[in-house]
Amino acid sequence: MEVGKVKRVAGPLVQAIGLKASMYDLVLVGEEGLMSEVIGISGNKHIIQVYEDTGGVRPGEPVKETGAPLVAQLGPGILTQIYDGIQRPLPKLAEMSGDFISRGLFVDGIDHKKKWEFKPTAKKGDALKPGQAFGEVQEQLLINHKIMVPPKMKGGAIKEIYGGNFTVDETVCVLEDGTELTMMHKWPVRQARPVAEKLAPTIPLRTGQRVVDGFFSLAKGGTAAIPGGFGTGKTVMQQTLSKWADVDIVIYVGCGERGNEMADLLHEFPELQDPRTGRPLMERSIVYANTSNMPVAAREASIYTGMTTAEYYRDMGYDCLMTADSTSRWAEAMREMGSRLEEMPGEEGYPAYLGARLADFYERAGRAAVLNGGQGSVSIVGAVSPAGGDFTEPVTQNTLRMVKVFWALDSKLTQRRHFPSINWLDSYSLYDQTLEPWFVENVSPNWNKNKRRAMAILQENAELEEIVMLVGSDALPEDQQITLEVARMIINFWLAQSAFHPVDTFAPYKKQFDLLEAILKYRDLAFDAVQKGIPVAQITSVPSKDALAKVRLEAEYEPILAKVMAQMEAEFKALK
Amino acid sequence: MTKEYKTITEISGPLIFVEKTEPVGYNELVEIRTGGELKRGQVLDTSDEIVVIQVFEGTGGLSKDSAVSFTGDVIKMPLSPGIVGRVLSGSGRPRDGGPEIVPEVLRDIAGAAINPASREKPRAFIQTGISTIDGTNTLVRGQKLPIFSGAGLPHNDVALQIARQAKALGEAESFAVIFCAMGITNEEAQHFLADFERTGALERAVVFLNLADDPAVERILTPRLGLTTAEYLAFDLDMHVLIIYTDMTNYCESLRQMGAAREEVPGRRGYPGYMYTDLAIQYERAGIIRGKKGSITQFPILTMPGDDITHPIPDLSGYITEGQIIISRELHRKGIYPPVDIRPSLSRLMNSGIGKGHTREDHRAVSDQLYAYYAEGNDLRGLAAIVGKEALSERDKLVLEFADKFEKRFVNQGRDEDRSIFDTLQIGWDLLADLPEAMLTRVDDKYIKQYHPKYASAAKKAE
Repeated sequence: MEVGKVKRVAGPLVQAIGLKASMYDLVLVGEEGLMSEVIGISGNKHIIQVYEDTGGVRPGEPVKETGAPLVAQLGPGILTQIYDGIQRPLPKLAEMSGDFISRGLFVDGIDHKKKWEFKPTAKKGDALKPGQAFGEVQEQLLINHKIMVPPKMKGGAIKEIYGGNFTVDETVCVLEDGTELTMMHKWPVRQARPVAEKLAPTIPLRTGQRVVDGFFSLAKGGTAAIPGGFGTGKTVMQQTLSKWADVDIVIYVGCGERGNEMADLLHEFPELQDPRTGRPLMERSIVYANTSNMPVAAREASIYTGMTTAEYYRDMGYDCLMTADSTSRWAEAMREMGSRLEEMPGEEGYPAYLGARLADFYERAGRAAVLNGGQGSVSIVGAVSPAGGDFTEPVTQNTLRMVKVFWALDSKLTQRRHFPSINWLDSYSLYDQTLEPWFVENVSPNWNKNKRRAMAILQENAELEEIVMLVGSDALPEDQQITLEVARMIINFWLAQSAFHPVDTFAPYKKQFDLLEAILKYRDLAFDAVQKGIPVAQITSVPSKDALAKVRLEAEYEPILAKVMAQMEAEFKALK
Repeated sequence: MTKEYKTITEISGPLIFVEKTEPVGYNELVEIRTGGELKRGQVLDTSDEIVVIQVFEGTGGLSKDSAVSFTGDVIKMPLSPGIVGRVLSGSGRPRDGGPEIVPEVLRDIAGAAINPASREKPRAFIQTGISTIDGTNTLVRGQKLPIFSGAGLPHNDVALQIARQAKALGEAESFAVIFCAMGITNEEAQHFLADFERTGALERAVVFLNLADDPAVERILTPRLGLTTAEYLAFDLDMHVLIIYTDMTNYCESLRQMGAAREEVPGRRGYPGYMYTDLAIQYERAGIIRGKKGSITQFPILTMPGDDITHPIPDLSGYITEGQIIISRELHRKGIYPPVDIRPSLSRLMNSGIGKGHTREDHRAVSDQLYAYYAEGNDLRGLAAIVGKEALSERDKLVLEFADKFEKRFVNQGRDEDRSIFDTLQIGWDLLADLPEAMLTRVDDKYIKQYHPKYASAAKKAE
């Protein structure tokens, strides 16, 4: 390996001479061996971004090559970990350097000393293809970690395979051609892992959030963006999704986010129960925490590192959800590096390749037939933090070109403490049609019909509200006054959902459907009553309407809802 | 003795360019001597050929003959317990006529990032005695909660009231206030100092003063010095530190000035592309570390140019801080103090600091309900202005009245009025009691039964 020399240092960018490294190769800069990556080669100079603070580094210090790009270590022991952007376990860093992160620390992504019980699932003589599993490890109580032939390896017939306790470095399988396989392999993070075939998104990803599942649903393997100005609830929304989404593995990438927020998440995840299994949520989670004050180059890498681990679990046949909070900080990291490289900027100072990078990232999502046989998926939910809450800025616009679901967070709703503050008029999901057959089969044939009815009411409501702003609601015809009231019910009783209420935080599909159906029932009864000439004030003050507001807070809601609806019918009958 | 160079090739604004040096480290502290005066600077860019240095005390008086020496070390702050009670300049030199700080420790002012895995979740409620903060935008220890204000608004009074009244419920402990002034006028600085003296706060404060006529580049140093001091007091001496810095807008202006001097490609509105990261490095130095007793709570104050919250400074700050308190010109004009507009204000950590065991179990529900009707009432004001109050429905009239009463009774309070959280919640309930019970959709029935004045007074009678 060549050893070069530092020529110039300016912030996180270093220029070095005397290297032979290729683009994106990992190099170690200075006496302390700071982890860095080659991001440009010009003449005899290598341009290097350093993942750590460069204070004190001087010209003339050595730069060592490693001969490989930035890779993720993939094998048992990734789950429950808390990493920084370049897959260094943060608790390990704390052990080595105390509460503040110091420089030049090198730590393996997974524990190389721990022994795992390897159970072969293939036997001597079996022919292995690339990506095919030949054994498994019980990584967590409910997660069975499949040990696969690295996708880039040729494969071949098994000569020897051993069961028992091994570390990830020990050989567990030998192929006829002499290739030794261990439980771990490395994968360059900037490269997508191959699959057999990408599949259509026909299965919904259940989140338990009425406005998401009911109105703007995400498919497994789908992509969604949550843009919103600061304080509109992006982070709460992402954390709620991580908690409740019906996936096997959650990868949470805190990319340039707040330290206290990460502390909250790291504190909460181990305590939270997976609603489906009763096990701690942390057992199926991987957290990447590269807070805003940690080095900007590692922030840029964190998205790729996170994605690579997501793909790895997908290859085992699991459904994975990757949440990136926030992709704007990632884009800003690119901008910062670009401006230090003195690249010609594109829109608003972002590099011209911003769109291409975003596209590459979102394209790594999807439901797929994996090389091992079977199916897996990676869904992405990317938060976008548009500057000044302006959705026309480049990161939001480039993201919208790629994603299929758009949850527009609205600061007006936040101010009214309406959560989740997803604007029901601006948001959309392009999975509406592809998912309908699933809902018809599994919940109700009326799923999409009710959705469309409710949306039409909200649309009409928006138009009526403009008139109301001018003339007041009493001046409207009676049926339109009812529409206003029903819209208010949909908004307050159904779309609003408290992430902090123990019951309301999660609504199963059936409950979502029943509640909306009940509100629409009220609408029908109310319209009938108006036809009969009953005054609006009487219709809107039936007590059962207020009772309906609280049904969502009940776990065993069905008998209560039935009672409320019976009461409602009786009250409407009694109206004169 | 370190080598001195007289090889300055260029002086441009706050920057000097030096050539033919031995290898110099990035970010190194530099000393420049000219005619008996000592100035300090920092290396911004280093290579074999040329070294770029930013000079903190300004380049006035420097010439090609000035002697430059490199200390071989990054900038460090001298610290000892004796620093409490001192008034220092924006670059950390005594400003109160006292002696230099005799260091017990020297700390790198760049400040390493706290390992997220070592952080403790902030959840200790801090009572500021201000209803709009305690009741609806609760502050917790270890939080960074900026005040977004505008020119001519009483943000300084609000900050002072917080510094004066802030306390944890039911326990006495050692705490300190660090005050960093960046580019504020002498008059404003006097106002702060006078108030600190009046209330005796100066004895437990460290003050860093960079006034409007001090060098702008020095401002880049000021928050770093303040925060390094804060970390020392909090994590070495177990103190709870409240750090107020004003005005972050001036700090960002200095960043822009430096960026322009270095001929960098500018980002939005001429501010450097790395401003987010730079601000984050300051703001993120708030928090609590697991196993340590102390904490750092930050109150940055920034004036929004043209009251524009989408301006890059408030915008980027808002993305880093844990919420914001917005001072409203409209409320100020109505004569309401503190003129906090709760609608765009937010405390992101509120939830972990309220409820049972912290404040009271109905806190969240009361706060949400107040928010909802105040926001709706505000919207209705526009409508009432067009169609007249009489044309509103009965319900709308109630909500409109609620918004007015909310401003007069909940938001408005005296400059020395220190309300307990229970007083604040009581005012909230009194206001909600004027609305029909069926309208309290955000409040669980059991809280209504327990705290609604109607039932609470009935319960008292029964006793």
